[in-house]
Amino acid sequence: MIQLTVNGKTEKLDVSPEMPLLWAIRDTLGLTGTKFGCGVAQCGACVVHLDGEAVRSCVTKMSRAEGKNVVTIEGLSENNDHPAQKAWQEIDVPQCGYCHSGQIMSAAVLLRENPNPSDQDIDDAMAGNICRCGTYPRIRKAIHLASEMQGKSRT
Amino acid sequence: MIYKQKTNLMSTKTKFILIAVILISTIGLAFTVSLRKSIEKEYIVITPVKKDSAASVAAFKQVYKVLMSPRCLNCHPKGDIPLQGDNSVVHSMQPKRGKDGKGLYAMKCSNCHQAENSPGLHTPPGNPEWHLPPADMKMVFEGKTAHELAKQLVNPELNGHKDLQKLIAHADDGLVKAGWNPGKGRTVPPLTHAQFKKAWITWLQTGAYAPAK
Repeated sequence: MIQLTVNGKTEKLDVSPEMPLLWAIRDTLGLTGTKFGCGVAQCGACVVHLDGEAVRSCVTKMSRAEGKNVVTIEGLSENNDHPAQKAWQEIDVPQCGYCHSGQIMSAAVLLRENPNPSDQDIDDAMAGNICRCGTYPRIRKAIHLASEMQGKSRT
Repeated sequence: MIYKQKTNLMSTKTKFILIAVILISTIGLAFTVSLRKSIEKEYIVITPVKKDSAASVAAFKQVYKVLMSPRCLNCHPKGDIPLQGDNSVVHSMQPKRGKDGKGLYAMKCSNCHQAENSPGLHTPPGNPEWHLPPADMKMVFEGKTAHELAKQLVNPELNGHKDLQKLIAHADDGLVKAGWNPGKGRTVPPLTHAQFKKAWITWLQTGAYAPAK
């Protein structure tokens, strides 16, 4: 049994310590918002937060996640109202949408660590999240908007 | 009586010589210790087992081959983005060094590089300590000649504040040794780890001489 917290809930899973966290999230827990893209940490579609860090769940084994706090796109906010989620809706960022749960999870770490990111900061943080529809300009715009929203909500 | 006087005179002279020798030795010793302390502040004091510039330079040439191999070089780049692969190209996704060498924001090394190699060909290699040198001590290997790199490695202001013992111990650092377990699709350095360690210690203990410019 491997115990971990997923989106605030303690889970005890009868899975192999070698199993990728992504498998447990999607197939065992049924949280399908996190996507499988490449399976080798090259695309960013599977990004979730592991103790706050934007890990790629396709290469993160359950043995690493044991006892830790996992947050998926489903648990990023209570009402889908994280500033990044609101900004993504406002700008209408996605085209096909497949990569965007990973994009938003990465953006959330950037916004936490750097509340007012420059274009360069955004590029530095988001370069590992690939979007085959090429929505990069809208992603950048949405992160700036999310930064503004986050700033206002704090004042 | 005359003989006795002569003996006394000889004794005084001997005493004078003895005192002079002791004084000069003490001053000399104090000067050496003080000089050594001032040198210690700027350089590592290499106490060679046996100084041997030829053996030292020969050993460093072996060491240099390893340090310039992709497994070592790729994480000691000139810029702030690591290199990757046996052809040492700029790392895909362009992850940045960050202040502590562990990446930035959503692009931290350990987000992809696990505690162990990921399975499969050309998948992310892993180690619990995966990182670049920090921003304030970049310890660049890329583009360095053997002379430049040898000088850099024994300068504590450029080598991560390592003294001789720490330099020797660094041969057994977990991340250094990970170079010999690079994951599928990557070549290992040209020497075995044991050969590298022997050459590294030989270089240091024979005086850490830098090859000529």
